Amino acid sequence: MEEVLLSRIQFASTTLFHFIFVPLSIGLALIIAIMQTLYVVKKKEIYMKMTKFWSVFFLINFAIGVVTGIFQEFQFGMNWSAYSRFVGDIFGAPLAVEALLAFFLESTFIGIWIFGADKLSKKLHLASIWLVSIGTVLSAFWILAANSFMQNPVGYVLQNGRAEMNDIIALLTNEKLWVAFPHTIFGSIATGAFFVIGVSAFYLLKERQVDFFRKSMTIGLLVGLVGGMGLAFTGHSQAQYLMHAQPMKMAAAEGLWEDSGDPAAWTVIAKIDSKDRITTGRIEIPYLLSYLSYNEFSGKVLGMDTLNKQMIEKYGEGDYIPPVKTTFWSFRIMAGTGGALVGASLLGLLLLFRKKIASSTLYLKLMIPVIFLPFIGNSFGWIMSEMGRQPWVVNGLMKTADAISPNVSAGSILFSLISFSTIYTILGIIMVVLFVKVIQRGPEERKKQDVSITDPFNVGGVADGTK
Amino acid sequence: MALSDLWFVLIAVLFIGFIFLEGFDFGVGMSLKFLAKDERDKRILIHTIGPVWDANEVWLITAGGAMFAAFPHWYATVFSGYYLPFVVLLMALIARGVAFEFREKVDSPKWVNVWDWAIFAGSTLPPFLLGVLFTSMLKGMPVDGDMNLYAGFLDFVNVYTVVGGITFVLLSYLHGLLFVTLKTEGSMRKRAKEAALKIYWAAGASVLLFTGLTAVYTNAFADRGAVLIPLFAVVLVLYALLHGFIAKGREAFSFTITGITLIAIMASFFIGLFPNVMISTIDSAFNMTIREAASGQYSLKLMTFVALTMVPIVIAYTIWSYYIFRKRLTEDADHLEY
Repeated sequence: MEEVLLSRIQFASTTLFHFIFVPLSIGLALIIAIMQTLYVVKKKEIYMKMTKFWSVFFLINFAIGVVTGIFQEFQFGMNWSAYSRFVGDIFGAPLAVEALLAFFLESTFIGIWIFGADKLSKKLHLASIWLVSIGTVLSAFWILAANSFMQNPVGYVLQNGRAEMNDIIALLTNEKLWVAFPHTIFGSIATGAFFVIGVSAFYLLKERQVDFFRKSMTIGLLVGLVGGMGLAFTGHSQAQYLMHAQPMKMAAAEGLWEDSGDPAAWTVIAKIDSKDRITTGRIEIPYLLSYLSYNEFSGKVLGMDTLNKQMIEKYGEGDYIPPVKTTFWSFRIMAGTGGALVGASLLGLLLLFRKKIASSTLYLKLMIPVIFLPFIGNSFGWIMSEMGRQPWVVNGLMKTADAISPNVSAGSILFSLISFSTIYTILGIIMVVLFVKVIQRGPEERKKQDVSITDPFNVGGVADGTK
Repeated sequence: MALSDLWFVLIAVLFIGFIFLEGFDFGVGMSLKFLAKDERDKRILIHTIGPVWDANEVWLITAGGAMFAAFPHWYATVFSGYYLPFVVLLMALIARGVAFEFREKVDSPKWVNVWDWAIFAGSTLPPFLLGVLFTSMLKGMPVDGDMNLYAGFLDFVNVYTVVGGITFVLLSYLHGLLFVTLKTEGSMRKRAKEAALKIYWAAGASVLLFTGLTAVYTNAFADRGAVLIPLFAVVLVLYALLHGFIAKGREAFSFTITGITLIAIMASFFIGLFPNVMISTIDSAFNMTIREAASGQYSLKLMTFVALTMVPIVIAYTIWSYYIFRKRLTEDADHLEY
């Protein structure tokens, strides 16, 4: 059974690592496209300068996102061949469509955008970054369509010993997809925005390039507010979805062993004992869980003991309770970071409105570590979502333990796990080092040879393209 | 033609597109270590593929995705059965992909050198491993009655697979050199031509050997001789003429011939496999046929609709992107920005 554990560790670690870069790419692509649009519309050089500067981060990040994504496409077959056989019919299709619709689009047009600045008209050049941005969002849609099937399988029929697609409309109108997709996109938008906000704050504190970074900050804050508010609303709809589609995940996220009272209170923190199946020391907010779950101030929430009994009746003997502590705390960390981001963007906009942003040292100082909050929220959101799905790989249809490749040995998985961990760690370190270097250099001190900053091949591209 | 057969062809097309396009990217990556005399040369070389290599790699990813969707059993058997080769392939592709982006970012010869090696390894290992993958599939692998592949070292590494791998590497290198002759001017163009004339013989010997070994180790020529014998005859004749074309500076023509050679070899694997997707060395009853491996009709129909709509669009903007960057790179120092 160590094959299951190793495969899970590998999938979780490589996917979480990949998802550091994905949201930042989605968010920054959008922000850069907005900046370049401002340049084309307002015809002010400063917006082009902004486009160039922020694209340096985007391109480094995008490259790592792309290369870590290749393994994502292959690892279902490599480590989860039983799963692949069982769901390929319905799960593989969105992945193939993603490649056809999104990967070609973003990879072709990012090449055109980087190298085509002096070969295309301004409008075509602008269109190509928008196509990259659209590609990143399309990619998210199709991969989430696949993931939503694992959470809430719809549009299939069980035949030939597997789940075969029989209704694409059902697959694409999966309720889970339509709560998860906007939630993920808003999370990504917030990730990009708070990166821009944090880096801008650093420069404003140092009083370098104040005009440049106040403008960047303004764009960041506006986009960040959209991201933050969007996260809150779509997070709320996630909870309502969970209540009726995946109640076990919700109960685990609340640490509820027994059914709640009516109305149900929301637990802020508590001490969970998974062995004795008891949660103590709750600090609660009355009514809130009822509101989160049903949009009204009454209604009880079923506990894990009740749900487990129901599932044993339905699926046979077994333990259907996910890792409770992980789900519980992941939910709180995610929700906490989301709340903090909403607060940070509202406060920032207030300061901006009063024209005090550049002098609010405390706020600016805070915004630098806040860069990391969206990444933490993104990761724990996924940990909650995927750990809360356990013990299932496809909810109600296939268990994770039955999904692995029978022909891949623990030794092989350990080898790949160590290899990927090593190379990913190196990539992570390099990314941080390069980002710090670029930040130290700043947007101004880039003369001739520093074309390389915006151009991966140091020869042309956006940096030289707009004369 | 059944939809599953159509998808078999489509997946063949995706791998063919991949080896044709990414083939020259790999070749250019290899040439970094042999053709470039200084940093400027390297930058010119990398720049010839800069705008397109990422999109070219997507052909492989799409091929993988299409296998997953259209032939879940094939996808599951191959990717789990070739676990370690795929780990190495992924490492190589990861290293190459970030190397293009990273190498110029720090102003230190050591740093640049590390990433040059990453590009070199990342351009050499993938064609080698893909050659090994496809030759061994055509030769047959120990697929059991549950469609699982438990392969040993000698199943992966033997005379035929190693020759297959080397053939892809040398052909990609030649293909890449000819691409460089098409995209550069002056001394770089000349040096690429000279290198191509030299590597021509090694690659040619490798293609010949590969053809011979295919006849010895596989049933491809016996079963599909009607298609494969004329195909290889045409390829060998064209290849025989290639030296003359390169020497005369017929660059586009030469590049087309290496392209055709790569395409024909990749196509021959699929032609040889048909109507199977996996050939079992344990028992021919365990051969996995196209139909057994395929998804249901509903999925295939849907995917066919998506592919028929999207593929022409993808091809259109891909051609457009090559059109934008159609000009040669000049060696004029002030104008390297291209």
